[in-house]
Amino acid sequence: MRAVHQITMPRALHPGAWWLWALGLAAAASRTTNPVPLLLIIAVTAYVVAARRTDDPWSRAYAAFLKLALLIIVIRIVLQGLLSSSSQGETVLFTLPELPLPDWLAGIKLGGEVTAEAVLAATYSGLQLGTILCCVGAANSLASARRLLAHLPGALYEAGVACVVALTFAPQLVADAARTRQAHRLRGHRPGTLSGLRRTALPVLEGALDRSIELAAAMDSRGYGRTTDADRGSRRRTGLLVGAGLLGIGVGGYGMLDGGAEQWRGLPTLMLGAAVAGAGLAVGGRRTGRTRYRPEPWALPELLVVASGLLAAVAMFVTAANDPALVTMVDPLAVPDVPWLAVAGIVIAIAPAWVAPPPKGASG
Amino acid sequence: MIRFDRMGVRYADATTPALAEVTADIDEGELALVIGRTGAGKSTLLRTINGLVPHFSGGTLVGSVRVDGRDTREHRPRDLADVVGFVGQDPQAGFVTDRVEDELAYGMESLGLPGQTMRKRVEETLDLLGLADLRRRALATLSGGQRQRVAIGSVLVTHPRVLVLDEPTSALDPLAAEEVLATLQRLVHDLGLTVVIAEHRLERVVQYADSVLWLPGDGEPLVTGPPAQVMEVTPVAPPVVELGRWAGWSPLPLSIRDARRVAGPLRQRLSSLAPSDEPADASATGAQPLVRVENLVIRYGGEPALRDVDLETHSGAVVALMGRNGAGKSTLLATIAGLLAPTSGRVVVDGVMPADTPPRELVRKVGLVPQEPSDLLYADTVGAECADADRDAESEPGTCHALLERLAPGVPLDRHPRDLSEGQRLSLVLAIVLTSRPAQLLLDEPTRGLDYAAKRSLVGALKALAADGHAVALATHDVELVAELADRVVVLADGEVVADGPTAEVIGASPAFAPQVAKVLGPGRWLTVAAVREAAGAAS
Repeated sequence: MRAVHQITMPRALHPGAWWLWALGLAAAASRTTNPVPLLLIIAVTAYVVAARRTDDPWSRAYAAFLKLALLIIVIRIVLQGLLSSSSQGETVLFTLPELPLPDWLAGIKLGGEVTAEAVLAATYSGLQLGTILCCVGAANSLASARRLLAHLPGALYEAGVACVVALTFAPQLVADAARTRQAHRLRGHRPGTLSGLRRTALPVLEGALDRSIELAAAMDSRGYGRTTDADRGSRRRTGLLVGAGLLGIGVGGYGMLDGGAEQWRGLPTLMLGAAVAGAGLAVGGRRTGRTRYRPEPWALPELLVVASGLLAAVAMFVTAANDPALVTMVDPLAVPDVPWLAVAGIVIAIAPAWVAPPPKGASG
Repeated sequence: MIRFDRMGVRYADATTPALAEVTADIDEGELALVIGRTGAGKSTLLRTINGLVPHFSGGTLVGSVRVDGRDTREHRPRDLADVVGFVGQDPQAGFVTDRVEDELAYGMESLGLPGQTMRKRVEETLDLLGLADLRRRALATLSGGQRQRVAIGSVLVTHPRVLVLDEPTSALDPLAAEEVLATLQRLVHDLGLTVVIAEHRLERVVQYADSVLWLPGDGEPLVTGPPAQVMEVTPVAPPVVELGRWAGWSPLPLSIRDARRVAGPLRQRLSSLAPSDEPADASATGAQPLVRVENLVIRYGGEPALRDVDLETHSGAVVALMGRNGAGKSTLLATIAGLLAPTSGRVVVDGVMPADTPPRELVRKVGLVPQEPSDLLYADTVGAECADADRDAESEPGTCHALLERLAPGVPLDRHPRDLSEGQRLSLVLAIVLTSRPAQLLLDEPTRGLDYAAKRSLVGALKALAADGHAVALATHDVELVAELADRVVVLADGEVVADGPTAEVIGASPAFAPQVAKVLGPGRWLTVAAVREAAGAAS
C-alpha cells in the first residue's frame, strides 16, 4: 500500500474532502429541527476539529463560528419573544408590555404574551442555522478556504485568484480601519461621528487601492498570466457554460434540500447542471499552461472522510422521507424523539477524527 | 548584464522627467547600490529593469534598457520573470498565497514548470535562504526579516539572473537587516547573481556594494563608479564614511573593519578627550517627571505585550525606545497616547490617566506621530489639513502652517498630502500634532523611508523642540539617529525593559545597537562624527 493510502501517515487531507464532509453534515442539519441530531452534529464537528486541526491562524475559525451560532440563537429567541403571537401555543411564560401599533400594521404585534411554544420553536430553528454555521466553521478551520480555492479547475483560475485576494484584503481593511480610527483619536476627534466616517473611509480605501496595485505589480513580475492565451471567444464560451452549469447546480441543490419543491427541481437538474459546468471547465481548462505544485493526492483517507459525511446526510434524508415527524418538531413542547437511523449516520461522521491522517506540525 | 542606454522616463502629466539620460552598465555578479534622495527616481530606475516601467505604470520610456540581451520595451514584466526577480518595498503586499512553501512555488506555477522541477527548486531555495524550518508556516505569522527572505526566495525559484530589491531593510531592525543582507551577499558570491538594491540606510549596505549608482536628482546626470570613489563626492554618506572624510583616510573605508584598521592613531588622540555634549541625566536632578509609567502590563488575549514596564520622561529630554520588531515599543507609545488601556499598572501623563481622558483634552498633553503618518491625513490639500488642525486645537488660524514652515519650509499649500515626499509628509503630520502644543511628543519609527537630508532636518527639529521644553520619546531601529538625538535609551525585549540609561552607556558597547562611530573608535563614549569633530577641534 502506498503511503498516501495510510490513515496514520501524517499529511494534509485534501481540502475538498473536508468541505464535502462538512457539507454532508450541513445538509443533514438543514433537514431537521430536532435538537438531538442537531446538537450531535455540533459535537461531532467540534470533536473532529479538535482532533485534526493544524496550528495555523485560520484553525481558530471554529470558535468564532460557534460564538456566531450562539448569537444567532439568542437573536432568534429575542425577536420571537418580541413578535410572538398567541397562534403559536397556549403556554404563556410571561407577559411583556404590549406596544400599540397603528392599524395598517395589523397582524404584527410588539410585546404581549410570550409563549413557551414560540420560544422553543425559535430555539430549534436558531439551533438549525447555528449547526449549519458550525459545519462551515469546521471546514474553514480544517482546510482554509484559500486551500480549497487552489483546487479550482484551470478555467476558474482568474476568479479563484480574485477570491484569494479578497480573502486577504478583508482582514487588512478591518485592521486599517482600526488604525485610522486610532489616528483620529490622536487628532483629538471623538470617534463615531459622520465626518469621522468619511475621514476613516478615505485613507482606508486609498490604502487598499495602493496595496492592490502593489500586488498586481508583484504578480505581473512573477509571471502571472504569461502562459494563458487571451482568446476571447474561448473565454466567453467557458464563462457561459460554467455560469449555466452553476445555475443548474444551484436550482437542483435547492430542490434537493427543500423537501416541498416540485420533483423536476431535484436530482435531475443538479446532474444536468453539474454536467454542463463540467464541460465548461474542461473546455476552459485546456487554455491554461499553469502547473500545480505538490497537488494534494486524493486517496483512501479522502474517500473515507467524504463517505462518512455523505452517510450522515443520506441517513437523515431517508429518515425525513420515511417518518417526517421524527425530524421536525411539530409540537415544540414535546420531549424530542430520537431518530435512531439519522443519529447513527451522524455518529459515523465522527470517523475523520481517526481515518483522516494527522496533520503535520507547522514547523515539522 | 543590465545596460541602460540614454534611458529616460516621463510620466503622463508630469512637468519634468522622472529620469533622464541614464547610461550605465551593471555587470554579471555585481551588487549594485542605487542611492539618492526621495523623489530622485530610485524606484523608477529599479522598475525599468523588469519592465514594470513603462508596461505597468504607464509613462513613456526613451532610450533603452536591455537585460540579459532582452529589450524591456518588447518584453512585459511577466515575460522577464525568468530573468529578473523583483521584490517590492513591502513584501507582505506582494504575497499571493498564505503559506511559505506555496508562496515559493507560485512563480513556477505561473510559468508552467513541471512538478518534479518545482519540487526540487523549492527544496533548494528553502535551504539556500535558511527557510526550511518555516516551510509550513503561515505567512502572516512570520517576522519582518523572515518575510523579506520569503519574498526573495519566491522570486529566486524561477532562477533569475538578476535580483532587484527596493529598500529591502527599511522596515527591519538592525539584526533582521543583517540577516537579509548576509543572504544577498551569499547569493552574489555563491551563485553569481546580479543584485540591484535601492536603499536609504547606506550604513547598512554600502560595504557590500561593488558599484554605486547615484541619482543626484534635479536633472543632474547619474554618477556611477566603485563605492569608495562615489562616496567621496556624495553629499550624503554613512557615519563611517563621514569620519573617514574628516580624518582624511585614503582609500576611504566603507566598512567598520577597514575603518578600525586605520583608526589607531585617531583612537589614541581621542583617548585623553571626552565628548563635550554628554547630556545631563534629567532623572538624577530630581526634576518632576512628565510621564510616569509604573508596573505597566498590557495583554491582548494570550501573551502579554508588555509586562511590568517602568518608564519616566522629563521635559527637555529625548528618550529613545529600542528593541526588536514586536518587542513592545509601539504598544508602550500607544498606551502613553491613550489608545490602549493598561491591563494593570499605571500610566500618568502630566497628572491625568490617558486612557480615561477625552481625546480633545488629551491631545494638549501628549501627541503621537504614528508609524504610518499618513493615517492622520484625510483632506485634499495641505492647506485644508492645516486649517482643520487649527480648528481642532482651537488655536489661532495659521498656527499649524507656521509650524510646518519651521519644520519644512516651502511646502505648497495647494498640494495633495499624498504627493508630498516622505519627509514633507512627516513634517506635516508633526506640525498637525504640535498645533495643540502637547508637552509630551511621541514618535513611532519616524525615520522609516526618510533620506539623509530629511533625517537631518528631523533631528534638528526634534532637538529644537526638546530645547523648547517638550519631552520627546521615539521608538526607532535607527541607531545613528539615536546616537545623534537621544539623551536616554530604553531597550525593550519581549515586553520587558532590559536596559535603561544614558545613551552612551546603553548603546556604546552593544553589538547590535552600537552606532558605526562607536564601533570604529570604541569601546567608548564616542557616538557621532560631530562629537569627535568638536572634541578634536577644541583640543587643537
